[in-house]
Amino acid sequence: MTGTVLNVDRTATTAERQRFAHLLRAESTKFRTVRGWVLAVLAAAAAIVAFGVGPSMHGTCGSGSAACAVPVGPGGQEVTDSFYFVHQSLAGDGSITVRVTSLTGLIPTDATGRDAAIGTRPGVVPWAKAGLIIKASTRPGAAYAAVMVTGGHGVRMQYNYTHDVAGRSGPVSPTSPRWLRLTRVGNAVTGAESADGSHWTTVGTAHLSGLPATVDAGLFATSPQYAATAGGVLGTAGVEGGPTQDTAAFDSLGRHGTWPDQSWSGTAIGGPDNADAQQQGGFEQTTDGFTVTGSGDIAPSVSGVSGIGTTITQTLVGTFVGLTVVVVVAVMFITAEYRRDLIRITLTAMPHRGRVLAAKAIVLGAVAFLTALVAATVVVAVGQRVLRDNGVYVHPATIGTEIRVIAGTAALLAGTAVLAMAIGAVVRRSVVAVASAIVVIVLPYLLAIAFLPAGAAQWLLRVTPAAAFAVQQTAVQYAQVDNVYTPANGFFPLSPWAGFAVLAAWAAFALALAAFLIRRRDA
Amino acid sequence: MNAASRRMSREWIDAVRAEWIKLHTAPGMLWLLPAVIALTIALGVAAVATTATCVADGCAADPAKVSLTGVDLGQAIVAVLAVMAIGTEYSTGMIRITLAAVPRRGRVLLAKAAVLAGLVAATATPAVLASLLAGRLILPGRGYTTAHGYAAMSLFDGPTLRAAAGSILYLLLVTMMSLGVATAVRDSASAIGIVLLYLFPIIIGSVSDPTWRRHLEQIAPMTAGLASQSTVRLESLPIGGWAGLGVLAVWATGALVIGGLLLRRRDA
Repeated sequence: MTGTVLNVDRTATTAERQRFAHLLRAESTKFRTVRGWVLAVLAAAAAIVAFGVGPSMHGTCGSGSAACAVPVGPGGQEVTDSFYFVHQSLAGDGSITVRVTSLTGLIPTDATGRDAAIGTRPGVVPWAKAGLIIKASTRPGAAYAAVMVTGGHGVRMQYNYTHDVAGRSGPVSPTSPRWLRLTRVGNAVTGAESADGSHWTTVGTAHLSGLPATVDAGLFATSPQYAATAGGVLGTAGVEGGPTQDTAAFDSLGRHGTWPDQSWSGTAIGGPDNADAQQQGGFEQTTDGFTVTGSGDIAPSVSGVSGIGTTITQTLVGTFVGLTVVVVVAVMFITAEYRRDLIRITLTAMPHRGRVLAAKAIVLGAVAFLTALVAATVVVAVGQRVLRDNGVYVHPATIGTEIRVIAGTAALLAGTAVLAMAIGAVVRRSVVAVASAIVVIVLPYLLAIAFLPAGAAQWLLRVTPAAAFAVQQTAVQYAQVDNVYTPANGFFPLSPWAGFAVLAAWAAFALALAAFLIRRRDA
Repeated sequence: MNAASRRMSREWIDAVRAEWIKLHTAPGMLWLLPAVIALTIALGVAAVATTATCVADGCAADPAKVSLTGVDLGQAIVAVLAVMAIGTEYSTGMIRITLAAVPRRGRVLLAKAAVLAGLVAATATPAVLASLLAGRLILPGRGYTTAHGYAAMSLFDGPTLRAAAGSILYLLLVTMMSLGVATAVRDSASAIGIVLLYLFPIIIGSVSDPTWRRHLEQIAPMTAGLASQSTVRLESLPIGGWAGLGVLAVWATGALVIGGLLLRRRDA
């Protein structure tokens, strides 16, 4: 008895499935046979490619130019590695201890940077760093571990560029000095700090694989670029910055272990070729220690104001044009049915009206996804080469990131197509639907990158469908690097797929509303 | 006035009246006008309310420009209105009756332009003035006071008056450009797609070469047309306010002329 019921059930679902397959075929035939739509979709793909490979950017990095060679850290990532290093060789295990009594510095006076002839004023930026460092070699990008005082983030232990461990907070001053110690045992380097030189606290331990037997150890000072936003005119919210420097006073230097060199030598590591003496930094021996002055940073490399170059996101600038074309086609895919009264035949053939919408969404989503996938793959591959040939430094992205950006762009267009079609089914007027779809996805993005202050911009890019542009972000944000992390500089408030989920939620909501209305309304 | 010219003006008045009747009796069409006012003011107030408070160094935003942010949204609805004014005639086949009644096709287009201009002017004026009033009331609370060198916004102040008049003119010219594009393209969905593509200058923002970017900002309809909204740091604008509106006027005239020529040459 139960067997029969199941059989009937199964036959019913098979028939249903077959009918839906027919429906999908019907909808794809409708799409395929309108020549204008097919041409429009091809034009969208062509636009994405054309804008990406068009020569919109020129840089000064010739092929193989040393000015644009970015050092690569032990993890394979690009890094900034420039600081002033007062060092000696340390053979085998050993330790170095020092007391820091002050950290001062200079930052550009004109925060807006409009005046080219900028002066400087005393002050330290939050990530100005000075302290002890043990480094595999003086080559920029070599493995290191350091314990340091900072301008605004207290004592930190940092190693191999991306690792950052917080120690005691609060600024350093002659009345509140900090003692720092680095100890090497094999591949392990331990950083410790103390307020009085007798009670020590371990901040962290770094395991640096492949650390050579003899390393360079000593004192360092460095101070990163100052970055600030300036009020923009006509939608070009400006960002400006300038180089800074810091000076730290060290005393009570103590060493254990084998230190074969007779004296300390000072080296400016990884400074820019054209840096003047002031930017390079230097050191002075005092009665019982040193003062060290430096400029630069030891940190992961970032794109934007505090870094150089651009990212592969730049090659996808044509997405907006492609998006607009896809929106127009998606809306017409449903509104043309109403205009030509084809909708009555469609709904007679398939009385389950919700399924008609589902089939349309699947066909459109697939067309938009595949078109954008091909276009984005081409433009990311070719666009990068064009930019590099133009002398622009493009931050290399991992294969995984490239796949995410390409697939994400395809998903962005597919989601927008479904959203636009659903709006078209709700309002049944092509002009209103096209305008709404473009306005909800393009206008928030435009306002966010060009017109609004950062707070409002980030809010907009969390709640509107424009949040989905986060799938194209490749710039990485680091807590230990001060940069202008705003949408205008390519940093989105949501993670890539969370941003896409916002668009998907809007599309799902619009589709549900459309399904509800198409069932209730007369066609 | 002789009989011929009297008949001439009579025909013009009839054409404009016909267009007005078609426009205001089409369902939903006139709802776009209050939508322009409401959304323009709403976005303007939102932008003003989220403006960063002034710091000791000064203020970042341009009071008139930030108050008129809503024009960015209002222009999209105005464009929809203009595209629908001609687009629905083609989608319903009404255009044949229209052209049978008024065989001079250029006159049909100009009559539509006249009716749209009147409607948009009557809509844009309150929207722009209310946006500026909201800015005048809210911005002093965010530090835009005489202490920072900002007097309360007033229409008696030259640049602010230009921003207000410029924004109204901007919306009028966007209407004309949209009407021209829609007449040339004849398909509403494609027409609005083309118009909105022009209006959102994101591509320009991605051009990093400053000389190129400046040139593009000088000739693109939106960036050039909206230059008139700026009241501070005028020297850094890519193009002067009135000159920018002139650029947009060239675009609008060009679109209308091309639309008009195609309308005359093509089979409806």
